[in-house]
Amino acid sequence: MTNAVEIRTVTKVFGTFTALHGVSLSIQDNEFFTLLGPSGCGKTTLLRMMAGFEEVTQGEILLFGQNIAALEPNQRPVNTVFQQYALFPHMSVIDNVAFGLKMKGWPLEKRRIRAGEMLEMVHLSDFANRAPAQLSGGQQQRVALARALAPQPKVLLLDEPLSALDLKLRQAMRMELKQLQSETGITFIFVTHDQEEALTMSNRIAVMSAGHVQQIGTPRDIYESPNNRFVADFIGETNLIEVEVEAVADGQAQVVLPGGHRITTSSAARDKGRHHLSIRPERVTLGSPGVGLQAVVEQVIYLGTDLQVLVRLEGGTAMQVRLQNAARITVPSPGDAVGLHLEEGAARLLSD
Amino acid sequence: MALRSVRHYPGFFSVALICLIILYAPLVVVMIYSFNASPSLTNWGGVSLRWYFDVFTGPEAPRFKAAAWNSLTIAILASTIATGIATAAALAMLRSGKFKGRSLTFALINLPLMVPEIVIAVATLIFFTMVGITTGYLTILIAHITFCIPFAYLPIAARLQGIDGSYEAAARDLYATRLQSFFLVLLPLLAPGVVSGFLLAFIISLDDFIITNFVKGAGMETLPTAIFGSVKQGIKPNIMAISTLMLAVSILFVTLSYLINRKGRKGP
Repeated sequence: MTNAVEIRTVTKVFGTFTALHGVSLSIQDNEFFTLLGPSGCGKTTLLRMMAGFEEVTQGEILLFGQNIAALEPNQRPVNTVFQQYALFPHMSVIDNVAFGLKMKGWPLEKRRIRAGEMLEMVHLSDFANRAPAQLSGGQQQRVALARALAPQPKVLLLDEPLSALDLKLRQAMRMELKQLQSETGITFIFVTHDQEEALTMSNRIAVMSAGHVQQIGTPRDIYESPNNRFVADFIGETNLIEVEVEAVADGQAQVVLPGGHRITTSSAARDKGRHHLSIRPERVTLGSPGVGLQAVVEQVIYLGTDLQVLVRLEGGTAMQVRLQNAARITVPSPGDAVGLHLEEGAARLLSD
Repeated sequence: MALRSVRHYPGFFSVALICLIILYAPLVVVMIYSFNASPSLTNWGGVSLRWYFDVFTGPEAPRFKAAAWNSLTIAILASTIATGIATAAALAMLRSGKFKGRSLTFALINLPLMVPEIVIAVATLIFFTMVGITTGYLTILIAHITFCIPFAYLPIAARLQGIDGSYEAAARDLYATRLQSFFLVLLPLLAPGVVSGFLLAFIISLDDFIITNFVKGAGMETLPTAIFGSVKQGIKPNIMAISTLMLAVSILFVTLSYLINRKGRKGP
């Protein structure tokens, strides 16, 4: 089966600045794919190149097998939901939604019907004749979605569409977007800097930084098996500890922690020497001293659903541990000696 | 510290009053005396419309009518063409990315605002003479188009600067061609700026004296040069009537511009 989008060693140069360094990735049909990274990582540039707003400096972008380099934005069967929605202020809501259909030459009757259906889908039928400015941010967001989905694009591009909404609305829209994607069966390519958004909605995520794709995988892959320090650090919270690798084979490694303790861990690194170990704070439990890694509690921070415990390992390395604030746990106090137990999959050796 | 209304500052009323008198007293005097029944400029002889009739039917009427017609057609043509050019210039300056010589282009567009008008007048006349174009209606029109461009450009560029590029991008993304994106999306959003630019250029053209006087050639008059020619032979009350009429036209245009702008803001 052909991929919805195939990006082949794409490089983008603005003057003296290289925004993308030979990026390659494949996005499958009917996939919710997220480009995740901090601002300036090149994710929006990549999206704009797919839409046709930026030229590709080098490499090629295929849409269902077809090279789209020579196509103008209006010739590409993709639609975009813009960050600030970009609803046309001089047109009513329904005219906004019908705009793409009008440009495609649909007759008035047909586009009215279709635009009406789209508004129904986003629960805004009662607002058809309002001006966009009379709608709330969340409603404008949904109009922008309806407008972009109305012409039934092969791929929908979403450029940080939730960033202008407040937290509650953002969380509700995540579910709605996910549902829209599975209902329509259209490939969604979603750009965000918000890892929580990426983890909750995506089938797969490409983590980007400084113009490179750092890792591509399912949310679980990305979170539980990060390849490198950037990914481990950017997604969720983690403890990065520099360790000595004694042996490495078949994705497993034997490492020595600063205190001299040896553990076996899954590994993205392929060679011996000094590497970083990522330990997820919520995958560590506290037990009685004498068993596991020896540590002393330094600070306990109450976070409501969780407790954040800062400990210092033998050998002086600081680490944080997250305990769920359940009724059964005994809350440690600063100064307590504890034994840390790393659960299955808590630690991963990173490649750099 | 609490914000004080400007009205409470010491001396506000006296300063405001002086400014208002200096600005508007002459206009008010001219307007009132245009209704004077007496041929005297200073003595009040009762209310009458005789000088208005004089403008349209008196001995100078054919001259003023021809001049007014010239002024009006030149103003309409010059401001329309200048607005078109200014819109294109604004698009080139603000919508085509950075290009070499952008600052220079900006300076060239706006330079006529800073060059002394008399210099432009002399230079334009010399230019027409050297190229061999006979001065007359056409030379006035060309000169007016030229100096109207920066006046039309400023409000259009200001408006365009405030319109986010994502509207055009959205239109293009939704299958609109470049032209459709311009006419269906950008132009309606830009319209208030275009109208302001047009009206400003229109008033500037209608009102111009110095450049027009240099390039008009013999026998060709616009309203300002006709008024000046008439005043040279002594000020008569009919001049006050013409001035009041021109003022009324200007106020009408400004009001129109205001109403159009307000309507544009209310949405569709």
